Amino acid sequence: MSRSDVTPDPAADGDGPGAAGPGADPQVAEPPTAEPPTAEPATAKPSHAGPPHATSSYATRFSAGLAAGALRVFLVVAALFWLLPTLGLLLSSFLSPTDLNNGGWWQVLTAPSRLTADNYERLLANDTITGSLLNTFAIAVPTTLLVLTLGAFAGYAFAWLEFPGRDWLFLLVVGLLVVPVQVALIPVSELFGAIGLFETTAGVVLFHTAFGLPFAVFLLRNFFAEIPRELLEAARLDGAGELRLFARVVLPLGGPAIASLGIFQFLWVWNDMLVALVFADSASPPVTVALQQQVRQFGNNIDVLAPGAFLSMMIPLVVFFAFQRQFVSGVMAGAIK
Amino acid sequence: MPAPAAKGAPGAGVPGKRVPAERGPAKHGPASGVSAEARRRRLIAAAFLLPALVLLGALVVHPIGYSLYRSFFDRSGSTFVGGDNYREILSDDTIRTALTNTALWVVLAPTTATALGLIFAVLTERVRWGTAFKLLVFMPMAISMLAAGIIFRLVYDHDPDRGVANAVWVGVHDTFAESSAFPKARPGRDSPLTDAGGGAFTTRDPVRAGTPVLLPLVGVAPEALPDGTRTAGTAGAEPGKVTGTVWQDFTRGGGGSSNVVDPTEQGFAGMRIEAVKDGKVVDTATARSDGTFTLSGKADGALLRLPAANFREAYSGVEWLGPSLVTPAVIGAYVWMWAGFAMVLIGAGLAAVPRELLEAARVDGANEWQVFRRITVPLLAPVLAVVLVTLVINVMKIFDLVFVIAPGAVQDDANVLALQLYRTSFGTDADPGLGSAIAVLLLVLVVPVMLVNIRRLRKEGSR
Repeated sequence: MSRSDVTPDPAADGDGPGAAGPGADPQVAEPPTAEPPTAEPATAKPSHAGPPHATSSYATRFSAGLAAGALRVFLVVAALFWLLPTLGLLLSSFLSPTDLNNGGWWQVLTAPSRLTADNYERLLANDTITGSLLNTFAIAVPTTLLVLTLGAFAGYAFAWLEFPGRDWLFLLVVGLLVVPVQVALIPVSELFGAIGLFETTAGVVLFHTAFGLPFAVFLLRNFFAEIPRELLEAARLDGAGELRLFARVVLPLGGPAIASLGIFQFLWVWNDMLVALVFADSASPPVTVALQQQVRQFGNNIDVLAPGAFLSMMIPLVVFFAFQRQFVSGVMAGAIK
Repeated sequence: MPAPAAKGAPGAGVPGKRVPAERGPAKHGPASGVSAEARRRRLIAAAFLLPALVLLGALVVHPIGYSLYRSFFDRSGSTFVGGDNYREILSDDTIRTALTNTALWVVLAPTTATALGLIFAVLTERVRWGTAFKLLVFMPMAISMLAAGIIFRLVYDHDPDRGVANAVWVGVHDTFAESSAFPKARPGRDSPLTDAGGGAFTTRDPVRAGTPVLLPLVGVAPEALPDGTRTAGTAGAEPGKVTGTVWQDFTRGGGGSSNVVDPTEQGFAGMRIEAVKDGKVVDTATARSDGTFTLSGKADGALLRLPAANFREAYSGVEWLGPSLVTPAVIGAYVWMWAGFAMVLIGAGLAAVPRELLEAARVDGANEWQVFRRITVPLLAPVLAVVLVTLVINVMKIFDLVFVIAPGAVQDDANVLALQLYRTSFGTDADPGLGSAIAVLLLVLVVPVMLVNIRRLRKEGSR
């Protein structure tokens, strides 16, 4: 899930469920399944084929039932494909190193008593891993706040302030949306080296912020632009300054978009490995880098890797399940819009 | 009325879909122009924009220019080398592999993920637990590529007792071709058995009914013997029948003599024995748990053969992370992560497809496949295009998954552009010049998408 990958939709504009409009947001977040599943072929088809083919209706119903059965089997198999990999690592994380060496994690399904939380206890007692989780927080939280603040300021300026060159500047920012982070690795590491930010948490935060901004500006500008002009006019007539207007009118109205963006940005930084690999302080790396160093000896350290990976996934999963709606609309805003 | 005219060409290039171009921003004094008021507004705008623009300029725009410049210099950065770095991209074997693999990624990954997403989106509309299914498939989007990498490193583990992919594969394989119990067994020194080619062994001399045959083998680890194996017994002579013993002719701790059934030696339970006369199998037998066997009189004068099936190596599955399969394997992990993205976007598009249209087609006698093929897919085409483009850009920059899943020894075979860039730019043998050239190449590959985006925004603004 990489924010800079999300590309403004090249083809489907108005007709896709727009994600950036204040009004459109809730619908977008609604999973499409909220639609009543009326199109069940098993029932729909015979009723339409009804009168003329009354004699063949048993056959029709039978074949429709068969199709529905095949459909279910297919989906169950697919669900297993999606479930098993994660389940495997989860169960492995609860097995002792001896049990891990003695056979596959699936054996524990018949012997659940082997499950133990020892790996987690050992891992939580390990300062490198717990420290790296804190480091990840120390990177992800400031980055998210910075991106939201700077992005909201700039988004507001692009939406409602008048200045020469506004449009081409905005297009430039949109253009930066697809610039791969890889392009900046060498130049920025030299730059940071020159000003003493290389291998510091501040450096990682600044780098992430810069690469988070194009999407933030793009999303928030479009969202803010939908605020009814009359609201702003009224506030201006009341003598509110731009800063006040921004804080009292625009920010509260932009809440949904800011929330989506914040969640998206937080997860993106939390999950990043490449930027941290290059710019993070090697003495206090974030959790992705700490675990990556373990991957090199993959095989005899699953008792460290599996629980480590799950600890690192915990926050994203909690965020994902708690804020599904915002997360989905953030993803959609990136792609559909 | 505000004074939108203050902005040169009204609306040209004002992006945003529902903002009419005339909607200028603030209230303007009737006498616009560069009044003190306008200057104040510009200052405010600058203050709002400056922090973001400074960061973008220093850390995103400047690096693009610098990479371009740096790519024309050598490793140390002091000598201008012209296009040499770019030529090296095309001539260096490792980088060429990276290029072809990236091409493979771009062709395979987005299409597979989109196709699966489409199938899931359409099918989940029809089952009651569709939402749960979607949640499950979408979940990997939330986790890091590192975590997904670790998950799949375990899935693809070569050991069928650890990697679930090989466990399933070997399980399926063994249902059709049973593996043998004695993969390493072979005749010892001075054995009456000899190699018959193709992995089978045969006696040197024809056997006689009534004379017990000895078929000694060595080389099976004691703990690898099948369950139920007992100490080898001596076969008694039976008139009119061929009897014998097939056993492990090796006494633990030493002391046994070769080609003799010593007291503690183990029989090869379940070994298959064939009697061959003139190239034809005339009789077969299976060794009992003490290694003894009995053949009928037809075997008299035949050669006894231990067919290759007894010695076939246990099937150990596919080497998913070997040089030839590693790229498809990592692509599989990527599809696992991103099919949910495609599914959710396509699902949203699907919700916007008018139901009446589908119903009308069904009433007209179209079957489900025709409805899908002729109505649903064409209506979804714009969404499918968005998903594909997004995934293509994403795939061009793929790094973490390959870096984590591909074991060190096959990273050259799994190489992709972004990984090569990292390996070239950092580490012990870093060459920032070449690294910059790869970075520029990567940028050039995504620029067309950038242009499409900008053009679309332009068009929207002028509408």
